[in-house]
Amino acid sequence: MILPYYIIIPLLAAFLISLIAGKKDNWAVILSVIATTALLVLSLFSFISMKDETVTYSMSAWSLPYGIVLVQDALTSFILVMVSIISFTSLIFSIQYIRHLSMDWKYYSLFMLLVTGMNGVIITGDFFNLYVFMEIALFSAFALVAYGSRAEEFEAAFKYAVMGSVSSFLILAGIAVTYSATSTLTMAKVAEVLPTNDQKVIFWIGALFMAGFGLKAAAMPFHAWLPDAHSSAPAPISSMLSGVLIKALGIYVLIRIFYNVFNAPEIFTKIFLVLGTISIIIGVFLAIGQWDMKRLLAYHSISQIGYILLGMGIATPLGILGAVFHLFNHAIFKSLLFYNAGSVEMALGTRDLRKMGNLMKILPTTSQTSLIASLSISGIPPFNGFFSKLIIIIAALQAGLPWYAVFAIIGSLLTLASFMKVQRYGFKGETTVESVENKVGWRMNTAMIILAVLCIATSLMVVPGIQEVTLDPVVKVIADKTEYIQLVLGGMNGN
Amino acid sequence: MIVYLLCFLLLLVGLYGVLTKRDLIKIILSIGILGYAVNLLLILFAYRKDSVYPILAKGKEVAQMVDPLPQALVLTSIVIELGTTAMLVALAIKLFEKYQTFDISQIRRLKG
Amino acid sequence: MQQNDGMTLIVKTVTRISVWMILLYGIYIIFHGHLSPGGGFAGGVIIALALLNVLLAFGRKFTSEWLNISFLHDLESASATLFLVIGILGISLGGAFLANFMNKGELFALLSAGTILTLNIFIGIKVGMSLFLVVWVLAGSKIVKGE
Repeated sequence: MILPYYIIIPLLAAFLISLIAGKKDNWAVILSVIATTALLVLSLFSFISMKDETVTYSMSAWSLPYGIVLVQDALTSFILVMVSIISFTSLIFSIQYIRHLSMDWKYYSLFMLLVTGMNGVIITGDFFNLYVFMEIALFSAFALVAYGSRAEEFEAAFKYAVMGSVSSFLILAGIAVTYSATSTLTMAKVAEVLPTNDQKVIFWIGALFMAGFGLKAAAMPFHAWLPDAHSSAPAPISSMLSGVLIKALGIYVLIRIFYNVFNAPEIFTKIFLVLGTISIIIGVFLAIGQWDMKRLLAYHSISQIGYILLGMGIATPLGILGAVFHLFNHAIFKSLLFYNAGSVEMALGTRDLRKMGNLMKILPTTSQTSLIASLSISGIPPFNGFFSKLIIIIAALQAGLPWYAVFAIIGSLLTLASFMKVQRYGFKGETTVESVENKVGWRMNTAMIILAVLCIATSLMVVPGIQEVTLDPVVKVIADKTEYIQLVLGGMNGN
Repeated sequence: MIVYLLCFLLLLVGLYGVLTKRDLIKIILSIGILGYAVNLLLILFAYRKDSVYPILAKGKEVAQMVDPLPQALVLTSIVIELGTTAMLVALAIKLFEKYQTFDISQIRRLKG
Repeated sequence: MQQNDGMTLIVKTVTRISVWMILLYGIYIIFHGHLSPGGGFAGGVIIALALLNVLLAFGRKFTSEWLNISFLHDLESASATLFLVIGILGISLGGAFLANFMNKGELFALLSAGTILTLNIFIGIKVGMSLFLVVWVLAGSKIVKGE
């Protein structure tokens, strides 16, 4: 059984780093690279070998009514692969990038704790366990946002910490109401018991969870913390936060709770639709006026999260397919864009688009990969962003929601416009920068090239034949809604 | 019922503090209050009338006990709250170092 | 915390005696975690409070000589690692992560409940050390003029 190792490996790495690497700095890098590589191999292996079966694991050998259960189905494996790819490349990128801030084992220890928290949230099948892992991930995120120890970073981290704690308490209140209504905390059991309850209870719990996890996902009315936190953090951490943290803690949990536990009540899918559309439009409008490159990217995260929520809100299998696919694609191209911003910042010491320009000569890898990522995010074929956005728009039209499709298209055009601005001013512009403060090394370039290749390669996932083994099992888990109950509880009886 | 309402009121007090106070330390305290309200809610859900604490002791009959699970959850959540508070205090100290003030209306280098 | 050499003689004398009692009480709470209220976290907090008593009464300089701070760091990480090691041993010996693979013993005996006692001890050390170190670091940050 490999399920507990998703948590054990990064946690052990985090503690060993703080034990050993306090004396020898190199060990921190070696241990964390080993851990993330192991996680990547493990998650890819289980994603390929599992297909659409569901595996459960009881912690401490306590069987279900008493113990905590870990669940791995296709959706879990899919998100785990996403987290592993981004954490692996971020770590490779960090090795050089963090050295120019300060070479420190604490960074790697916190990084591994961040991975632990996310993997735990993804793999657990228990509400309270989810809360605990979420807090682990959030604490390390707060500390990592403040890692550069400049004034703005502390300010952003404080804002983030306050918002994060408030949303966590809303979630805990939701968990308390859930427990009092159903007398259990296992998600599958809750899903089994809940329909026998008063419908009002579902609204109470749903509202608390929607507010709590909506804050974590930074959907539009809850977005205020995101641009600060994501633009102030060190670049590899920005890409972890924007690429995977808001998805693992926000979107994934929303999908799990509202689809697999609550059976997707129509009122909540409507809320997804509206929140998603507002996020798309307002996020992109706020982004287009920014001159700080990382801040622009952070606002685009809000807008792209909107597409995922829109796809989830359409609630047809095609819409879910688009949402899941966009989830994965966004992780890849947004992380790549943050790496680009990081390497530009390291080389030139600025993030202001007006002060950079003509980077093709100085930073060839960075500017070429940023071109690929910009084309991906603005939805130009044949890059991955095109296909997922197209699927979402087609799904909206098929479901008889033409206005939402129009908004999605407008959002996409504005995204294209704002990334043309990035390319025009940032990478092509007239301003000639001759001096380079730091050289971008091969490790950072490798991380960027890996993701740039994935930007094109992942668009193959919709090719018939590949789609059946990659995306379709994931969509099946979500679209089957409360099939989850039988899979988890049935699996438990087998043990 | 009145107990639940009071508990909800406590939650609102905490939320009010977080949203309106300008002093970093007061915000941290308000987050503490918010946490206590949620913990209290959990304990209230565990309450059963005329029952005893859920501890098995030597030579004692197993009487009707209150639900022990929320109490365990509250312990965990208190630990997490401790971490939150320590984290926020550390950030507040660092902010004071940089800005020489605890007033958030003067701590706004980030905007947009 | 800059200029102090601790508090008055009375406080120092009382602390000299009471700190050991508080430590002992913390250890008692840790060791009875599986029998009565308390356990690793509560006991660890009490241990941290005993150490903080010393910090308050005798001042920072004395405490840093009396306790080896970097050793406390190591102890903290080591106890967390050992907790995980016991969890992993549970996989090989008991069939699941953190499974209770040791002899459960008799109910209400001090040495019973298998791995729970060991885990409580590690949690106690971890919590005690980290709580003390958190306050140590926070109290030690000198508030200087900004940039």
